[in-house]
Amino acid sequence: MPHRDRKECVMVFSRFERFWHWSQAALIITMMVTGFEVNGAYEWLGYERAAQWHRFAAWFLIGLWVFVLFWHAITGEWKQYIPTRRGIMAVVQYYTTGILDASVPHPYRKTRMAKHNPLQRLAYLAFNVLISPVIWISGLLYMFYNDWVRTGLEGPVTLGDVALVHTAAAFAMLVFFVGHVYLAAFAGKPFYAYLKAMLTGYDLLYVDPNDPHAPGRRPPDRCG
Amino acid sequence: MPALNNKQTAVNREKATMTGGVCHPPSSRDPRVRKSRPPTARAGVLLGLVLGLALFGLVGPPRAALAAGATPIVHGAIDTPHDSTADHTAYEELTGPFTDGPSVTAACLHCHTNAAKQLHQTTHWTWHYDNARTGQAGLGKRNVVNNFCISIESNWPRCTSCHIGYGWEDASFDHGSETAVDCLVCHDTTGTYTKPATLAGHPDPALDLAEVARNVGPTSRATCGACHFNGGGEDGVKHGDLDTSLIQPDFALDVHMDANGLNFQCATCHTTGGHQVTGSRYAPTAIDPVGIDVPGHTDQTRATCESCHGQTPHERRSKLNDHTDRVACQTCHIPAFARGARMTKVRWDWSTAGRMTADGKPFHEEGAHGYTTYTSKKGDFVWGADVPPDYRWFNGTIRYTKPGDTIDPDGVVVLNAVEGAADDPDSRIWPFKVMHSRQPYDAGQSVLALPHVFGKDDTAFWTNFDWPKALTAGMAAQPVPFSGAHDFVDTETYWPITHMVAPKEEALSCNECHAGNGRLADLTGFYMPGRDTFPWLTTVGWGLAGLTLLGTILHGLIRLAASIRARARRG
Repeated sequence: MPHRDRKECVMVFSRFERFWHWSQAALIITMMVTGFEVNGAYEWLGYERAAQWHRFAAWFLIGLWVFVLFWHAITGEWKQYIPTRRGIMAVVQYYTTGILDASVPHPYRKTRMAKHNPLQRLAYLAFNVLISPVIWISGLLYMFYNDWVRTGLEGPVTLGDVALVHTAAAFAMLVFFVGHVYLAAFAGKPFYAYLKAMLTGYDLLYVDPNDPHAPGRRPPDRCG
Repeated sequence: MPALNNKQTAVNREKATMTGGVCHPPSSRDPRVRKSRPPTARAGVLLGLVLGLALFGLVGPPRAALAAGATPIVHGAIDTPHDSTADHTAYEELTGPFTDGPSVTAACLHCHTNAAKQLHQTTHWTWHYDNARTGQAGLGKRNVVNNFCISIESNWPRCTSCHIGYGWEDASFDHGSETAVDCLVCHDTTGTYTKPATLAGHPDPALDLAEVARNVGPTSRATCGACHFNGGGEDGVKHGDLDTSLIQPDFALDVHMDANGLNFQCATCHTTGGHQVTGSRYAPTAIDPVGIDVPGHTDQTRATCESCHGQTPHERRSKLNDHTDRVACQTCHIPAFARGARMTKVRWDWSTAGRMTADGKPFHEEGAHGYTTYTSKKGDFVWGADVPPDYRWFNGTIRYTKPGDTIDPDGVVVLNAVEGAADDPDSRIWPFKVMHSRQPYDAGQSVLALPHVFGKDDTAFWTNFDWPKALTAGMAAQPVPFSGAHDFVDTETYWPITHMVAPKEEALSCNECHAGNGRLADLTGFYMPGRDTFPWLTTVGWGLAGLTLLGTILHGLIRLAASIRARARRG
């Protein structure tokens, strides 16, 4: 087997990443459940508790994000989200038809340095630079509505406008969430392969000779 | 008062426990769990840092931090001792006997030389009010139309039994008379002074006026309440938040007037100077930007909540302070009116008045609650207790429908329209008792009709039950005389609710208003979280999410089918 095609079981999601991913998941679910209640979709906790937990979760998530941004900046992991068009059609084709045939492999050569396929990069980038900023900015404006006068923000923008944008971004988040959960938890081979990797941290990846780090390894039979 | 302090402390303790429970979500225990597991120590530190930062975010806003260091306030009762420097029982002038009210007043004025002159300047005396804000002149009790007994003109002796004067028997009453001022009705401390309902303000002739005069003192809930608790002619009828249960109220009925606690009298808030009592029904203060009144920084009244509590009174739940610029304190802290022992009248239908028994006699009916529901004199009544108020944007401006104003008899005529709007920064959401009535109007001219109801003559409605006669007599002195044709029109009056302040545990919860069909469902012009949504966005949003879910399910099913087929082919 040429060196290029060798796969190794390596630690692809570090302990921090897994902690971040799963706490972020829990917080986002909390925020969606409470947020859509505030938006009147159903009555469960009641407005007061729903709004309270929504605020609590928001502060936790902001705290988490401070660490996550720092981590991405320092480790250079932010490069994982740089979008590329190369090979994107192959991935689209894989998820539309190829996935139905067990013998067709995933066209993307996943390495530790480039662990997201072009479609993933695009989706996560949209999450990072579109949905999240809109939801955070509108959410903080919403939360600090009573301080608008002091900060000179009051004028053309109303609370209704902010709520509209915030709710729209929340629906975008919901759409992302549904798609992400399906593709990440049910679209591997076997179907739970990606989910398992996100839980254990290990995945069977192509070896990148340029990888400067020496990630933790496991025997391939214990991988994923 | 020990009882009150205990109550307050208990309340604070309970509140603290509750807040503690809410402030510490279960996840705050996680760092300790992690620390006991060495292999994950690094992650534990990290987690701790993240949670720490997040918690800092939680307590970060300075207003929340204020709550932590606040010293509990110990309330003391305000006693009303006889701390006067004068002993009125010792004055020769007051030995009497007095033959009538004016002779008592003459004795009072002997020392209190300016008292009557001061009283003459007050609306308590003139029953006349010119509203500079609306430009409506000639308002006041003697002129306006209400939807209880409708108007004073032509019914003087009955109505003026609640005037702070003696002998207002008709329109010719001399408002310049000093001895006609009734000192005792406000300053009696014996509780015996009464003004019978039909004597134009004169006291009960059987009273020992000298005894009352020798025992004068500060005003009290009982003296103010003698008139204000009985507005509309009977206990609790008119206001909804004022009735005789406030003479000796408990903490649950009114936290400030609680007779065993703070024991506020009316004048504790309705501060007076030169006999001018602050607080107005014609030009209320809907928002008090002055806040806590201290010398040099005051509007000379404590008749707003903010005068003592300021604009940010909520220490433990600072989010509530974000509401005080748009929501009156009363809106949350008076969850219902008529919370005492008395019911209040909420509907009055004059159009059914005048029915007689088979043998032609007037009659009356009572409901199961013991209150009159029909009298031939007045028509049908509906009573209410513990009534949730109606809520309106209110900036303190009230515009009256005056006698002679053209009305639309097909609609509901609002006799005192309260003004305000969401986009008006001087408006706040206020609670009101809305009194609904059906009352006579002049069908020939579309103006309110003012009946002559009281009197032993052949035109008074309560004697003769004849509307045309009563309206002709009642409107004789009005800008528009009766045309001869009458009918009935639906009317409303608005009564701001501001008394019967409930214990804080009874204050409205967020959910009462922040809900699709909550208490503020009818208020427009602003976005309220929990109440308002964007229906198109809701449809589009849930639609897209649903389609995405459907897509993933279909995708999954197709994969499942393909895999089963492949396995079958192999097998």
